[in-house]
Amino acid sequence: MVENDLLTNFIKMLECAAPLEVIRKIENDDDIDYSWNIFDSSGFLDILVAEKAGGAGLSLAAAAPLIEELGAQLFPAPAAQTMMARALLTREGIEPPSGPILLAGYNAVIPFAELAGHALVAWQDKVNLIKINTTILRPMGLYGSRSAKLEFASAPEVLVSLLITPETLRASAAVLRAAEIAGMAGAVLRMTVAYANERIQFGKPIGKQQAIQQQLAILAEQALLARMAARLGCAAGLPPTTEAAAAAKLVASASVPLVTNIAHAVHGAIGISEEYNLQLFTRRLYEARLADGADGYWATLLGARHLAGGAATSLDFVRATSPV
Amino acid sequence: MFDTLNPCTIPPEDEALRPHIRALAAETVARLPAETRARSWSGLDIEFSHRLGREGFLGLTLPKEYGGAGRGPFARFVVVEELLAVGAPVAAHWIADRQSAPLILNYGTEAQRKLFLPKIASGEIFFCIGMSEPNSGSDLASVRTRAEKISTGWVLNGQKIWTTNALHADYMIALIRTSGTVNERQAGLSQLLVPLKAKGVTVRPITDLTGASEFAEVFFDNVKLDEDALVGKEGQGWDQATAELAFERSGPERIYSSLVLIDTWVQHLRRVGRIIGPAAQLAGEFTGKLMVLRAMSLAVTGQLAAGESPVIEASLIKDLGTSYEQEVPALIAEDIGSHPDEEVSVEFYRTLNFMSRIAPSFSLRGGTREILRGIIARGLGLR
Repeated sequence: MVENDLLTNFIKMLECAAPLEVIRKIENDDDIDYSWNIFDSSGFLDILVAEKAGGAGLSLAAAAPLIEELGAQLFPAPAAQTMMARALLTREGIEPPSGPILLAGYNAVIPFAELAGHALVAWQDKVNLIKINTTILRPMGLYGSRSAKLEFASAPEVLVSLLITPETLRASAAVLRAAEIAGMAGAVLRMTVAYANERIQFGKPIGKQQAIQQQLAILAEQALLARMAARLGCAAGLPPTTEAAAAAKLVASASVPLVTNIAHAVHGAIGISEEYNLQLFTRRLYEARLADGADGYWATLLGARHLAGGAATSLDFVRATSPV
Repeated sequence: MFDTLNPCTIPPEDEALRPHIRALAAETVARLPAETRARSWSGLDIEFSHRLGREGFLGLTLPKEYGGAGRGPFARFVVVEELLAVGAPVAAHWIADRQSAPLILNYGTEAQRKLFLPKIASGEIFFCIGMSEPNSGSDLASVRTRAEKISTGWVLNGQKIWTTNALHADYMIALIRTSGTVNERQAGLSQLLVPLKAKGVTVRPITDLTGASEFAEVFFDNVKLDEDALVGKEGQGWDQATAELAFERSGPERIYSSLVLIDTWVQHLRRVGRIIGPAAQLAGEFTGKLMVLRAMSLAVTGQLAAGESPVIEASLIKDLGTSYEQEVPALIAEDIGSHPDEEVSVEFYRTLNFMSRIAPSFSLRGGTREILRGIIARGLGLR
């Protein structure tokens, strides 16, 4: 009950902070200040921070529906990453800087990185808090996207180093990205089913055609799979384990081509237009699949551990590494 | 949509069952080659089923008064998971334990419960389910096999086909037309308990494309049944049978059918030392998907334990799970075929090819993929 209220309030805050017209402006070069100030003053950025450090002390599992909602509502900044960064920093007694904070790997492309002032970045076997400036930020320059990568010609100026490992940082980022994918996949499913029920061709809604129904069933399956993957990753706690994060991100990422292909196929030409909202989701889904390690990266890592380990069966390996 | 499913953990008291059933399964499969273990829940060993009954691993969810263990769905999940993981031969008791016992418990008379349930729980009697007929496959409501009412009970005439386990079962619970015609579809269908030793019953095995005879044709020629052969209400057979189907769609057996093959392949990779690169990627795909699908199956088990009936979710899981089971032999074949100079054992080759041949059946049994997707579409509000 309390959690449902929390989610309802969170959605209301998001709708107020970043309605669609604001999202579109931010995606096309506006700054984030207006939306971020509302979000920041709502207190939601500290939900993962321990209570004794002034946060809400929510478990990652309890926060999972909220993180998914950031995807579903298309919030146009690295808010989940900032929530996680604040938790990771305060756990080590470090006061987080204000503004959006990225969870970054060296040379990796990060969605909405252009809007962030700081990053937790893996560099030479350490996780460091750095300040982002224009000399290390390289925007990708994609239409409607604020993705960028952090490039260092030499060692970055480190504000403070953390005790967590680069592996943990990447696993944390991957679980959040899986949850974002899950939220977006759920939203795309709802949009696409609604469209199939409205769009009339051959004298009836296209959703009455068995061919379309079979495709939408696959879309529903993939959306559910992505969500269960994200929830599994979040159930691994804070910070998540590498194996749970690997399973979460590889399964969520692998759902992206099916989800986006079916959604676009059912929508037809309107889905390709800038004006229609579907592209807000599918553009981001492609980038989210790639961010923080795509399916192949995590599958290779997970499989190498299984093959090099001594588990008698694959199920034994899964049970030993799964949070449930 | 479908957003009530959440990961849940197995309660400690049910997890505690694991060491014992694990040891029992290991002992049983020690002498079986991988290709036999790969039969999964189609593998037959009547003596092993008796033993599971004696040791209290059957009828786990049945109340104690009927010989069961009075436990919840998580207990059964643990036991089934351990048996399937290593390919222990569970076919003989499988249908009785999974479907027939819950059906008799839910819809049967007190006399039927007392007569059948303790013997199912002890592994003494086995069941099969009579659904398909020569002209009635996915269109199950078109069954023609007919029971006429007479003063002493029923007279049964007709034919069932593709009946799994009919050769070894003592009883069939059959979906039968007890009134009306084929045109009336679901109305007029009932479920009847047919002793397969009864006069007029002929069971004829059907050899499948692997050379095995797991299913059979069953003919009924003026088979006389007592009045108490009826399970549940006359005319309610359709609702009873479809409720039963929903429960069989979300268990671990819809995900684990290819696990023995995966592990045989993993042992091969370890033996030849090919444990990084594309092989590791494929092993990771299998493992990661398994982790998520298992969490999904556990989530549905949690809903069943809470008394809910997640029918649509069960259909989603079955389609996802059987797709996973089916992609495994194809992807392993691709991997092995890409390394023609690597030594592949006869046992591994036979296991892989057995799985390639039988895998198409995974999305047929218990409702075809296309039918399930239709159910999902209805759940989405499209039909």
